[in-house]
Amino acid sequence: MSGKEKLAIFPSRGAQTLMKSRLVGAQRGHSLLKKKADALQMRFRMILSKIITTKSLMGEVMKEAAFSLAEAKFTTGDFNQVVLQNVTKAQIKVRTKKDNVAGVTLPVFESYQDGTDTYELAGLARGGQQLAKLKKNYQSAVKLLVELASLQTSFVTLDEVIKVTNRRVNAIEHVIIPRIERTLAYIISELDELEREEFYRLKKIQDKKRIARKKAEAIQAQAIASGEATRYGANNMLDEGDEDLLF
Amino acid sequence: MALHSAIKGKLIAVIGDEDTCVGFLLGGVGEINKNRQANFMVVDKNTAVSEVEETFKRFLRRDDLDIILINQNIADMIRHVIDCHTMPIPAVLEIPSKDHPYDASKDSILRRAKGMFNPEDVH
Repeated sequence: MSGKEKLAIFPSRGAQTLMKSRLVGAQRGHSLLKKKADALQMRFRMILSKIITTKSLMGEVMKEAAFSLAEAKFTTGDFNQVVLQNVTKAQIKVRTKKDNVAGVTLPVFESYQDGTDTYELAGLARGGQQLAKLKKNYQSAVKLLVELASLQTSFVTLDEVIKVTNRRVNAIEHVIIPRIERTLAYIISELDELEREEFYRLKKIQDKKRIARKKAEAIQAQAIASGEATRYGANNMLDEGDEDLLF
Repeated sequence: MALHSAIKGKLIAVIGDEDTCVGFLLGGVGEINKNRQANFMVVDKNTAVSEVEETFKRFLRRDDLDIILINQNIADMIRHVIDCHTMPIPAVLEIPSKDHPYDASKDSILRRAKGMFNPEDVH
């Protein structure tokens, strides 16, 4: 883990406030991203269960469709080549819509009818009913498959986004926040160090002052004792205890 | 996504055996464009794997396709190509064919979701 480094910043009160606000921001971002990841995960699970049910449904629908194809072939005779050669324009097309989940756009497919049936006349001679049933079956199969496709696309997209979001959550949790915390600890220790230095200096100065005062007092006491000076020293006229004047 | 293609409806492509193709064509998904290129491919037992692969890749490149349906037994032939396709669009859907039942454990998409659900749930 590339964990030991901290941000390159000068340790000062300002930097500390900045780091604190960044830490708060990172924590808020982390909780928001976590919520987003949870929301996506919930949607993801929902889609997954839907995919599973739709896939099993698809098996049945396709079986039914294949069976009706066999039925139609039995009554009409082989029409495979006729159908394969007569393709012109698609009758069923797909439209894309956008769905939004927690800021992620998911494509949603929707099938719609466009134009006329190319095989209107197929089965005119015989087996028309079977062919109509066949067409209907396959159309419903297409509808189901389109639904499944949009589920699957959402699944793939969400899978990707969830991975990215989780990566971000983990990066904030395990890299960015510890780094800011380390920087904060560093700043605090540096500031403490400065404070101790300052305190020590203050004490030192106080000591010096006390020594100087004692020296001065000793000199003065000596002077008084030798009678060189009056008891009150070199008096200042302001120091004389005048009585208060009352008018 | 280009705006005009979003307005214009997109197509569904089919890669499958003859019966599957015929069924979906009757359902009305088939189209042949101006360049005489069809959006379906019939695979029989004489079709080479490389040919299927080529067609599948061509379908992936076409921007007027949204969904590619492919029979699961054919998807198995070009499994590596399908696994490489990770984009959401076009969506590749594996469908059962007439004589091969659907096996969920082979599906590329469901295999990615492995571990999140029980494969037995599908049956």
